[in-house]
This record gives sequence, C-alpha cells and structure tokens, in this order.
Amino acid sequence: MTAANTPSRAIALPAPAPLLGRRGWALCLGALLVICALAPALNLLLPEGHALHLSDYLIGILGKFMCYAIVALAIDLIWGYTGILSLGHGLFFALGGYVMGMHLMREAAGPGALPAFMGFLDWKELPWHWALSDSFVATVLLVFLLPGAVAGLFGYFAFRSRIKGVYFSIITQALTYAAMLLFFRNETGLGGNNGFTGFATVLGHSLNTRAMHVLLFVLSGLALLGCFLFSRWLIRSKYGRVLQAVRDAESRTMFCGYDPLPYKLSVWVISAMMCGLAGALYVPQVGIINPSEMSVGNSIEMAVWTAVGGRASLIGPIVGAFAVNGAKSWLTVAAPEYWLYVLGMLFIVVTLFMPGGLIRLPEQMRQWRERRRAQARPSSPPAAPARPAVTPPMKGARA
Amino acid sequence: MKLMHKPWRWALLAGLGTMLSLASHALTAEQAHAMAAADDAEQRAQAIHEAVMDPAAQADGGRLAAYLAALANDEVRVAGGKAFVLSGDGASDPVTGAPAALPADAEEVVSNNYLRGVVDSARAVLALGSGDVQARREAAALLAAEPDAARLPLIEKALAGETDAQVKALLERNRAASLLDSGDRRQRLKAVELLARTQTPETQLLLNQRLADESDPAVKKAIQTALARIADALAWGERMGAIFSGLSLGSVLLLAALGLAITYGLMGVINMAHGELIMIGAYATYLVQVLFQRWLPAALFDWYLVVALPVAFAAAALVGAVLERGVIRFLYGRPLETLLATFGISLVLQQTVRSLFGAQNVGVENPSWMSGGVALLPNLTLPYNRIAIIAFALAVLGAVAFLIARTRLGLFVRGVTQNRAMASCVGVNTARTDTYAFALGAGLAGLAGCALSQIGNVGPDLGQNYIVDSFLVVVLGGVGQLAGTVYAALGLGVLSKLLEGWTGAVLAKIAVLLFIVVFIQKRPQGIFALKGRSVEA
Repeated sequence: MTAANTPSRAIALPAPAPLLGRRGWALCLGALLVICALAPALNLLLPEGHALHLSDYLIGILGKFMCYAIVALAIDLIWGYTGILSLGHGLFFALGGYVMGMHLMREAAGPGALPAFMGFLDWKELPWHWALSDSFVATVLLVFLLPGAVAGLFGYFAFRSRIKGVYFSIITQALTYAAMLLFFRNETGLGGNNGFTGFATVLGHSLNTRAMHVLLFVLSGLALLGCFLFSRWLIRSKYGRVLQAVRDAESRTMFCGYDPLPYKLSVWVISAMMCGLAGALYVPQVGIINPSEMSVGNSIEMAVWTAVGGRASLIGPIVGAFAVNGAKSWLTVAAPEYWLYVLGMLFIVVTLFMPGGLIRLPEQMRQWRERRRAQARPSSPPAAPARPAVTPPMKGARA
Repeated sequence: MKLMHKPWRWALLAGLGTMLSLASHALTAEQAHAMAAADDAEQRAQAIHEAVMDPAAQADGGRLAAYLAALANDEVRVAGGKAFVLSGDGASDPVTGAPAALPADAEEVVSNNYLRGVVDSARAVLALGSGDVQARREAAALLAAEPDAARLPLIEKALAGETDAQVKALLERNRAASLLDSGDRRQRLKAVELLARTQTPETQLLLNQRLADESDPAVKKAIQTALARIADALAWGERMGAIFSGLSLGSVLLLAALGLAITYGLMGVINMAHGELIMIGAYATYLVQVLFQRWLPAALFDWYLVVALPVAFAAAALVGAVLERGVIRFLYGRPLETLLATFGISLVLQQTVRSLFGAQNVGVENPSWMSGGVALLPNLTLPYNRIAIIAFALAVLGAVAFLIARTRLGLFVRGVTQNRAMASCVGVNTARTDTYAFALGAGLAGLAGCALSQIGNVGPDLGQNYIVDSFLVVVLGGVGQLAGTVYAALGLGVLSKLLEGWTGAVLAKIAVLLFIVVFIQKRPQGIFALKGRSVEA
C-alpha cells in the first residue's frame, strides 16, 4: 500500500502489489480455521449420526484432494505463469511419494530388518539408495531434494538447449515413461509393480487411527495454504513478473537483458519440489504408492486439473483439482463406465469453450451477455472496446 | 518323459532284452499282455521295446501298430493273463483282431508319462516304415528329439531305404547323436563330425551333454572345436535375427508414425488420439474378419485382409474428418491445446470401444498364408507376417510420398503448411485441405491398426502402447520431414532390438528413451532440421 520510497529513480515504478488484500487475508484465515479447527472438530467431536458430522471417508478424500491441489498449483506455476506444459509431473509426485514410502516401509519392518518385499525376493541387505530412509529428517529433506535434483538436472539440459513448447512436453512424457518402466522392475529395489504398501506407523504412531487421519488432513491443508501463499508471493515479486514476461514473449525478454534459463530452471525445480511434497503427504493417507502414478495418462490428467480450474490464476487450479477429483470420486462409484466419457468431454469442452477455466467462467458469461446485448441493439453506441475474450495470459500457453 | 532322456536306461533294457531273448515271432498273446500288464513300468517298457525291435512283429500287417495305438489311447483291458482291445461296444483280440468277449473282471491299463513316452517313440519307430512321407517326417522328428543307441539298427535300416531328404537328414542326425554314446572312439569322432555339420541349438545341446561325460582327449577336443563352430554360426543367426526383428519393429513404428508425421509434422496438430485411430483400424479389421467368418464360405477367409485394409482406412479417416471438423479446426496454431482436447477425445474413443466390444482383447486371426516363415539359418526363421508388415510399411510409405510430392492434394497440403494466407489467396480452400490432410493422417493410422492387428493384441489399450513411441519417432525424425520419420523409425527399431539382446527388453526401452532425450538436447529439431524462418513460427 505504501508508495515507492525511492524517488531518486528516473522512472517511478508502481508500488509492488500487496500479497493479499484485506478480503484475501480474511479468506486465508478462514481456510486456516476450517482446516485446523472446524473440520477436525466436526469429525472427532460430533457423534456419527449427527447432521454436521464429517465422516472419516470425507476427511480422507479431502486430504487426498488437497495433495492433488498442490500438484495443480505446481503445474500452474510452470504452465500458467511460465508457459511450459509439463507432462511429467506425475514423476515428481511419485518421487516424493516413494521417498516417504521408503521411510514408512523401514518403520513397518522395524529397526535393522528388511522391508517385507525384499524378503520375498530373498535379498540379504538393503540396496545403497535405501541408506538414508531410516531417518525421518533425511526423508523430509529428500522429499524436496530428490524431485528437485531430478528436475534440476533434466531442466538444465532441456532449457539450455532451448527445448520448448511441444518438444518439451513430449520429452517430459518420455522421461516419465522411462522412469515408470524402471520402477516397474524388481531389480530397482522399490517393490516392482506392487510398489510399497502395508505401512503401519509414522514416528512410532499408528497410521490407522482417526487422530492420525485428521492430523494428515490438517498437514495437507496447511501445506496447500503454504504453497498457495508462497506461489502468490512468488508471482507477485519481480521474479514472477519476469516469468510471465518469458511466457508472453521470450525473445523480447531476452533482448531486455534477462537470461530466461535461470528463471525457467528455478521455477521448474520449485514446481517439482511442490509436487514431491504433495506426493509425500499423499502416500501415508492412501497407504500405497506404485509405478502407475507415473503413467502418461496420470500426468496429463494433472495438467487438466489446472486447465479446468483456470490457468494463470492461483485459486483456479485448486478449484480445478477439487472439482475434477470430486466428480471422479462420485462418478466412478455411481456410474463407472461413464467416467471416461465425462473426463474426455471435460478436456474437449474446457479447451474449446472455456480457455479461462472454471474460475473465469462468470467473467466469460458477462462478456458474452454484453456482446449479445450490443448485437441486439445495433442503434445504441458501441460498447466499450471489446476486451480480449479472456485475459491475455492464455497467449503464452499457445507457444 | 523325463526318464526317456537317459540313454543308459534304454541301453540297459536292450541288453536285458537280448539276454532274456524271448521267442521272436509275430505279436504273441504273451507279448501283448506283458506290454500292458507286466509287473512294473520297466518291464512293460522292455516288452514294448522288444516287440518293436522284433522284425517278425513289424511284418504282421499293422497289428502291433494298432495295439500300440490302443495302448496310447487307453483302450486296452487285461483279464486272466490276456489283453483285450476295446472296439466299439465290445472288445477284440490284439493278436488275431477277432472279436472277443470282454471278461467281467477286466482291469483298465494305466500308463504313466514315462510309459506313454515309450509307446510314442515305439509308434514312431514303426511309422518310419510307413509309405506316407508326412508320417515318416513326423516320426523322424520325434525320434530325433530323443536319440537312443538301442534303436541304431532300426535307424540304419530305415536310412538305407529312405528317399525323402528331410527324413534322411533327421535320421542321420539321430544316428550321429546315438553314435555319440558309442564305446568306440572312432565312432564318437565320426558322430561329432556329423553333428557339427548341422548347426542347430539341438546339436549344440547334444554335444554339450556329451562333453561333460567325455574322457577321451581327442574326442573332447573335436567336440570343443565343433561347439565353437556351431556357436559361431548360431551367433550369426542371432545377430541377423535381431536386425530383422529390429527392422520389423521399425516398420511397425513407421506405420504408426506416418499418420502422425502428417497431422503433427505438416499440420502442427498434436493428436493424442492418434493411438485410438490406430485402434479403430484394428477393430475395423476385427469386424471384417467376423463378417467373413459368419457370412462367407471358409475358403474365402484368407482374403479378408484385402477387404479389411480399405475398411480400416475409411473408418479411421471418417472419424478423423469428424474430429477435424468438430474440434481440431478451432485449435489450429495452439498445439498445446490440441494436445489436451485430443487426449480427451482419446479417452472418449477408448471408453466407446470398451462399451461396444468389452474391455477384453478380441481375437484377430491371421490368414493362413501369413502363418509359418522362411527358415534361412537353423536358428533364424523369418515369420511371414513380419515380412508382410515390412513390405506393407514400404508400400504405404511409397504411396504417402507419392501423394505428398506428386498429387494436387499433396501440393495443396504443402502450400497450406508453408503459407496459409498465401495459399488461401491463390484460391486454395484451406479449410477443406485441412480436413483432407487430417483424414489422410487418420486413415494411415487405420492402416497401421490393420497391420498391427496381425501381430499383436487388439484391445481398448492398443493405442496407448504406440502413442509415446510414435511421437518420439516424429520428434526424433524432425517435424515435417517424411525422410526423417523413416530413418528415425527404422533406427529406433533396430537400436532397441540390438539393445534388447544385450540388456533385456525393459532396460533397452529405457535406454532408448534416454537416448532420445539426450539426442533432442543436441539436435532440438530432430535428425533433419527445417531451415529458414518458418521454423520458429
């Protein structure tokens, strides 16, 4: 809200926008309260039959959706704001999940013992990459560092040789596909196609209590809120503006003296780390992680959560993740054979008719109504110069 | 059957047989009974062996053969020291063939697997004297799989009168294999020399077995030399086999990617539903096949592919045209959005196929002319269906190249691709050209589906298995480059098959994917980069 306090510059820059307005902060506070107090109370304190009781099933499913929302947010950073469509975020999600899964497997096996599936394979000692998995602190660090490192290595080479657009998408797809094939192998020491399952405790506390389910729900909610605020801060900063400049006109940004490589690379790594966090929170809640998380379709579906909610807005992907997965949970129970039709039509309808996603639907409707009105009364003075159908950010995504 | 592989057992039995030397005339009632109901399996095997080796028994007009067949079919009963063969409602005497009353207390003869093996090879020995070449070939092949020194005299006799080359070769290998166990080292050396001539995995196995038991240094050395020669020849077969299957995989990739090279390479549309268009082609082939089976005489079945090809092309092209008119034309110039929309289409098409045909794979039969193959080397057989696919891929490639380079449609497609506004200015109907080009790409996918139905499973997931690969081929080859697509497809096919022999299928696939990732780093525009200012546009 304060004016720029360094008037010595020749050009007065507009004041940096606040992270959130007063309403925004109120909303965030409300969300915080709902996540940390209301929902747990409704689940734990109210009796089963009560009208306001939040069932264990809902707590579980909402916790899962919040992890998905983090993924959608991560994809939005790289796709919506930087214009790079990744079809490989399933890999980073699964990497985070596998790191957490390794730790949980070690706990389930007990100190010094091998995880159960290695017993079936008749292995005598832990493979080297399991070395740090008994430490919770190392696991938490690796949840961020491993996806970050993989993304950093891959991204450095890809962005350095200026792979972009569709090429980048297809290469990320190939990378994820290769990783899936690798994880399917028993020799990798990660449980082959069964992956990890049969977790019992985390830090000595059972995973199968209501209190633990609620705790994981709260943690996922806080992580989502944190990721949201962090992303918001990121795109509001100068760094975020450069990202959007890269999205809208990369060459022009370069001519202005910016090197796009570190910007693209860093946001790519941040996005991967957020996915890793989401995967790590997801695994103890669903109790299983296997290579099918890395399938090609899964990663594309993740991009669709973002697209359905609305790219280049931060609330949009969260809405999209909840809407698509909510519909999926309901439909796969109610009419399983129709789910693929609905999902497929969603892809088509959103790209054809709702380029701004759900979040910009009201705005789109208003513009549509205005245009209709203008056409119906040709005598009236023309309406304000037509605004682009949907805000410009979409342009960059059409690289 | 396992017991049959121990030659010493037969040798021992033969020895016993000569010592006991039972009466040698035509099949006797005692013999028949002993073959069916001696005290234990060994004695029954011995009785069968003797009966077969007995020249008189072979000359009794097929009685022995008939009796052995009855034994193999569990149609023999024994009662009161006599054997009976079930025939129709009653029974007959195995020696005379005359009808006989089956006593009420007749017991069933139970043969274990070992005895069944003995009976089978006994029947094969008898069949060596048959007038039918095919029967002799089968018999010789069966015997060659289980060489046995005890049968040597019979084999020698059969060899002397044999005229068919294939039977002769099999028998000679059999004789050599039997000689390998001979006590005379000169005989063994000769056997090694004979075996080294037929360089097959079977002879390799035989020689390896002998090498383990061999004590004579000279024979040992000969066996080692022969083994080295065989290994050499087999390695060549394997190498050529890998290259051939690489070419065949490459032509499959080429077929799957050709349509994509048009829709993606020329039109800039990321068609994630390409795999499902392939699937539609495969299901169209399946439907044509079902119609042929149901409505047309069986003799015409071999021709169903001829009808299926245009049907598959038309079905996929039609779906493609509808997609282009309905969805894609709104998304030109926005490749990432075509990616999402067409992925949606692919999900819908998959579910539609699942609803119509079920989630299980459907069976597509090869026409009879596609089964079998050409045997080039002992361990290298080129299957006809693979050869047909390679030829088909080349034919389709030729047709597409002709279409793009020499026809009016091709000219329009190239014109619209290079400069849409200018093409429109000179009177090209660009919208219609887009539809035709997309339908052509889709139709090519349909042809690929028709071809793939002949070598793989046809199910709702068919498209998913090819989509990543075909995109990689197009990207690797360079967008808009037909030649690049060809090189990339064949190169990837051969590379992955060669790697497969070395690292196994999954690691080879991973290695190939990583190779592509690295390659694209070096040449972001593929093998053949487009030059000029249109590249960035």
